[in-house]
Amino acid sequence: MAVLVVAAHDGKTVRANVANAVAAAGQMGPEVHVLVAGSNAGEAAQSAAAIQGVAKVLQAEDAAYANWLAEDIAPLVVKLAPNYSHVVMAADSVGKNIAPRVAALLDVAQVSEAIQVVSPDTFVRPIYAGNAMATVQTADKIKIVTVRPTNFKAAVGGGSAAIEQIAGTGSAGLSSFAGAELSKSERPELTSAKIVVSGGRGLQSGENFKMLETLADKLGAGLGASRAAVDAGYVPNDYQVGQTGKVVAPDLYIAIGISGAIQHLAGMKDSKTIVAINKDEEAPIFQVADYGLVGDLFQLVPELTAAIEKK
Amino acid sequence: MKVLVAVKRVIDYNVKIRVKADNTGVETANVKMSMNPFDEIAVEEAIRMKEKGAATEVIAFSAGPAQCQETIRTALAMGADRGILVQSDAELQPLAVAKLLKAVVDKEQPGLVIVGKQAIDDDSNQTGQMLAALLGWSVGTFANKLNVADGTVEVKREVDGGLENIKIKMPAVITTDLRLNEPRYASLPNIMKAKKKPIETLAPDALGVDVAPRLKTLKVEEPPKRKSGIKVKTVAELVEKLRNEAGVI
Repeated sequence: MAVLVVAAHDGKTVRANVANAVAAAGQMGPEVHVLVAGSNAGEAAQSAAAIQGVAKVLQAEDAAYANWLAEDIAPLVVKLAPNYSHVVMAADSVGKNIAPRVAALLDVAQVSEAIQVVSPDTFVRPIYAGNAMATVQTADKIKIVTVRPTNFKAAVGGGSAAIEQIAGTGSAGLSSFAGAELSKSERPELTSAKIVVSGGRGLQSGENFKMLETLADKLGAGLGASRAAVDAGYVPNDYQVGQTGKVVAPDLYIAIGISGAIQHLAGMKDSKTIVAINKDEEAPIFQVADYGLVGDLFQLVPELTAAIEKK
Repeated sequence: MKVLVAVKRVIDYNVKIRVKADNTGVETANVKMSMNPFDEIAVEEAIRMKEKGAATEVIAFSAGPAQCQETIRTALAMGADRGILVQSDAELQPLAVAKLLKAVVDKEQPGLVIVGKQAIDDDSNQTGQMLAALLGWSVGTFANKLNVADGTVEVKREVDGGLENIKIKMPAVITTDLRLNEPRYASLPNIMKAKKKPIETLAPDALGVDVAPRLKTLKVEEPPKRKSGIKVKTVAELVEKLRNEAGVI
């Protein structure tokens, strides 16, 4: 049986992590289909069809799907699910919202944030903020799985799957969308950036984050933060890297003024190279850092920015 | 309006957990246990609703072994009015907990159920969404701000790109995110008072719920360790290492 990937999108393209979810899904079954539900989702469906390994795209047009409300999307997925062995979503704020609703409506368990597909019914997933790895097996006929995108190498483009139009299921009439307040940024998106510069409480103010912006822009990096910095109001919530925020695994992660609580480490310790700059040489962040620099960040960060400039 | 909050007993978030030597799970014997931090936020939000007159009664629910009474007592000390414990020594997975909650919701008829968005032990992030599905209710996940008015809840949600606003019909399920509020500490007089508040104990069977686990845990292991790194003395040395050793800039 085929595997169904439910793709989040912005109307133009499916999210970058859909390619990771497709790669994971390819390890669960012989054929991968992608569901693109939306209102005017034609372009997004085409972007899904271009992902290698996708055999078919199902495009469901319905005004109710415009804003990805769980109450309206879940019934569509539930209707399609019996044709599939697995339903897969990326473990982002869309997947986490919708997948459990689908699972409960089907009376099946969900495997959350799988990081490895051992076999079609067995998965490895982190528990306790990544301080333990559980291997779990599901006996349910339809397996609902969210996957951590950074643990699966994205399927490449160049595919040309057929797009099939399917009927929508309408609105459940339970919820409505009332606008978004999205952070605007020219910088690479945090979860897919090759380099991430992150700041913590050590920055002392939102104003001081400008210093990190300059460094990030020199490196072409995404900008992240620890929970402490978000809670203190230095930066918006979508900057948060950690157990309950975003999980990142860039080639280079630069942690600045971040002490390294386990909840933060859970979100970044799979990064290829980790740099920590902190004035406290006992800070736990140094235990995961490949390169640690002890000192005053207000002196070291401008110095680093300048040093990167003169290649 | 009644508000039901669910509270889970988990290993305290400050404890460094240990994987059992036989790889069957994580060591919980003689380890400090506390209320799941996201559930504290749920309790706080419900109590604030009562203080503002939006809620008439706050009921704290937990499921698990007898010691979960302590977790319910914590909620009562914060200001919840009474507790319900579904006592079971079995492993309770999110779908089972959602079914137990549904049975209690059917009985108590709350206008809102508020739960933490995830528990810091299994990190599942499922129970609230599953409960809403079983009830056929709307759900406001990852709530950053709530406004209850005229049978609807305006929910500001923390999403990947920032914040999103939705309006959902009540009754509804809410799952809390970190910035919804800052939970209070229980005062000593309130801790004393909480000892007299009632906790009803129920069995899963009495609620007609099959709690048998659906996921079988085959093994639990330590995560791979990162090899220890080095300290560099200067920015110049750092940049040199990043360029020539790591090759990442």
